[in-house]
Amino acid sequence: MTNTDWPLWEVFVRSRRGLSHTHAGSLHAPDAELALRNARDLYTRRGEGVSIWVVPSSAITASSPDEKDPFFEPAADKPYRHPTFYDIPEGVKHL
Amino acid sequence: MTATVHTSAALALGDDALVLSHRLGEWAGLAPVLEEEVALANIALDLLGQARVLLSMVGDEDELAYLREERAFRNLQLVEQPNGDFAHTIARQLYFSTYQRLLYGRLAEGQGEFAGLAAKAVKEVAYHQDHAEQWTLRLGDGTDLSHERMSRACESLWRFTGEMFLPVEGVDVDWAGMKDAWLESVSDVLRRATLEVPQGPQSGAWTAGAGRQGLHTESFGRMLAEMQHLHRSHPGATW
Repeated sequence: MTNTDWPLWEVFVRSRRGLSHTHAGSLHAPDAELALRNARDLYTRRGEGVSIWVVPSSAITASSPDEKDPFFEPAADKPYRHPTFYDIPEGVKHL
Repeated sequence: MTATVHTSAALALGDDALVLSHRLGEWAGLAPVLEEEVALANIALDLLGQARVLLSMVGDEDELAYLREERAFRNLQLVEQPNGDFAHTIARQLYFSTYQRLLYGRLAEGQGEFAGLAAKAVKEVAYHQDHAEQWTLRLGDGTDLSHERMSRACESLWRFTGEMFLPVEGVDVDWAGMKDAWLESVSDVLRRATLEVPQGPQSGAWTAGAGRQGLHTESFGRMLAEMQHLHRSHPGATW
């Protein structure tokens, strides 16, 4: 079952109010409206979400694995860059 | 549940859901794309859930599903029609889900024994109708080939649509009003899909009221044989 004609879409699901949309997976669909419905059928049938985004995969610009080091390995000797000096008040979630 | 009329109503609505659920389940492994296969299976599972509630009002759900003869089923002939091509499946979905949404919407507003089930199911059915509508628009207003196939499907299933509005004993709704609403809704979708609203009769002389009276079309026997053979070969089997 290859569908070479149908573009690929990336699916983002917001699991609860207050949280961000999180990447859930991808699917094929002929257009955005059906991509949204397919996403509902594939990813939110068991109450996983309250909101869905679909984005054409072709619209996503991704970082390249070759650029891993300059992108993702900040110098660890500059502690002021890392927000580790705060006490998180009790009761604050999702921080 | 005490009055027989209500039992026959639960049987009619339950059989509609059960039989259509089985037909949609036949797409598993065969649907044009994986995403659509999941969509059809989801709809089938919604219907199976409705069937279980309704048939349990009548008796043992397994006995009713697996051990009844063809003549004892009270489903509409529309829902037993073979899947055909994808367009046929979608046309059947459009006709039936529009009907079911109107029916359950009315039942949910009432105080009858089906109000609870209907209130829950009407949300599921709204999605079934949306799914059928989305596909009808795309197939009807798609390529020449998809338009032709969708048009043929709508035409060939049209003669099974009249039976939906023959009053079911124990279901207290305005059937004539529901028929008008159904025609308006389906016509609107077909027009937007650049399809003609079929002009032929909504029932053949030989189909009138038949499914609700236990008379079914040829392919139904084969479907039942497939649906029931495992249970009949191994009575009472569990896992």
